[in-house]
Amino acid sequence: MSGYDVSALRAQFPILEQEVHGLPLVYLDNAATSQKPRAVLDVSRHYYEKLNSNIHRGTHYLAQEATAAHEKAREKIATHLNAGSPDEIIFTSGTTDGINLISSVLGYSGRIGKRDSIVISNLEHHSNTVPWQMLCERTGAELKVLPVHEDGTLELDVFHRYLDENPILIALTHISNAFGSVLPVRPLIQSAHEAGALVLIDGAQAVPHLSIDVQELDADFYVFSGHKAYAPTGIGVLYGKREHLEALPPWRGGGEMIKKVDYAGTTYNDLPFKYEAGTPNIEGALALGAALDFLNEIGLDDLHSHEASLIEHAATALSAIEGLKLYGPHDRAGALSFNIDGIHHYDLGTLLDQMGVAVRTGHHCCQPLMARFGITGTIRASFACFNDEGDVQRLADAVTKGARMLR
Amino acid sequence: MTIAEKQEQLLEELNLFQDWTERYEYVIGLGRQLPAMDEELKTKDRLIEGCQSQVWLDASLENGAVLFVADSDSQITKGIIALFIRFLSGESADNILTADFAFIAKTGLKEHLAPTRANALKLMAGQMKQRALELALKK
Repeated sequence: MSGYDVSALRAQFPILEQEVHGLPLVYLDNAATSQKPRAVLDVSRHYYEKLNSNIHRGTHYLAQEATAAHEKAREKIATHLNAGSPDEIIFTSGTTDGINLISSVLGYSGRIGKRDSIVISNLEHHSNTVPWQMLCERTGAELKVLPVHEDGTLELDVFHRYLDENPILIALTHISNAFGSVLPVRPLIQSAHEAGALVLIDGAQAVPHLSIDVQELDADFYVFSGHKAYAPTGIGVLYGKREHLEALPPWRGGGEMIKKVDYAGTTYNDLPFKYEAGTPNIEGALALGAALDFLNEIGLDDLHSHEASLIEHAATALSAIEGLKLYGPHDRAGALSFNIDGIHHYDLGTLLDQMGVAVRTGHHCCQPLMARFGITGTIRASFACFNDEGDVQRLADAVTKGARMLR
Repeated sequence: MTIAEKQEQLLEELNLFQDWTERYEYVIGLGRQLPAMDEELKTKDRLIEGCQSQVWLDASLENGAVLFVADSDSQITKGIIALFIRFLSGESADNILTADFAFIAKTGLKEHLAPTRANALKLMAGQMKQRALELALKK
């Protein structure tokens, strides 16, 4: 990892130059949203200063330039994920939007009835839970939840039992947002396919940290958000295998998603536009393309080993604190989550903030997972390319001091 | 001592502290000194809704004085409610209802609280007045 220059990377994030409560900011809340490098901010600004125009319908110069840039961003994303074609890349507003798209059109398709089931895991974020709950409410299908062991790993024997009942779809996170644990999605997808189930992977926490190959994973749907991967908020991606996206009905109706509108009946547009009603977030798409370029310039393997070493050092330093419990298995990416005996996570988070250390406290939009562990929340430190050993030290010192104050 | 005088005294104490650490330690200490709340009193109707941590508040009337008892699973929240209890408990419902909470801004605590926590501060103050009003009306 000799080529990894963290201070050069850090210098690319203008927001990190500031102080909070009189101290240099240590930003460890990247799993909530990552900070944005200058290269991404420049693309957003450039778009509005030089390119802004509505895409796909304009005959004028700017409209054509903006359209070309937008579609080039789609190609970039397809290449990054190793999708079979850019047509399989649907722009969404984020992970939540992508999951709602699939759960809705699956409902519209009439493929789901009272005797069917959908499987999620206990690790899922509310956004990979509630849309499926809503779909089950509408269709009478059953929602089954894969339990997790005490160490946060999935109970695989239950998974295989659920597969025997031929679920329609399995929705799983690639990396747990609450614990940072990486799920073995590749073999899970394979088993699910053998049982005839579709698989949707929530990649919100994985895309910023791992190299993703949707064809190698063989995921039917893979969704993620731009803003957790160095891009702005309001842009996200749904990858879907062409055969599924073509067979499923459209979702939102409007401009762009149509071929021809007639009061006697409307014909819908081809992929990917079939699922992109309305004027899209053009600047967001371009900025997401730039964010993926940024990630690829660092190199996801180098990035992953840098972050893994920070997380390991943080885990070691924190474990030395009396009564501190880390959640989830050792195989973590991006984040680590903990509590200290007798100390409310919210109190410790408040004191860490006073010491200039930004972390997330609470249930992390995973209330059922918190209930499983009999807790109301945890403290989560989540890492990005610009974090360094100094940040790990500041975190460990602040947690030590905070714990002392609260004891 | 009037409520305003008690607030003044509290401000003086808080001003003795040089930095945020001492202020927080003082508030946490106030919470620790709070008399324990009966577990049976920790019912749903005594929970203050809208806080990130759980806060229970009970009010009772004794010889015309409103007595507050509270607890929280968060030590900082418990300390803040202890601060309120210190100048409100034992006062008449009328005094509590007319008490001016603007002094909170002067404690310097609000700047050190997350927006959700600052909001909880407002909720707690409101709830104490609400409970006092309910007791006064029952009377």
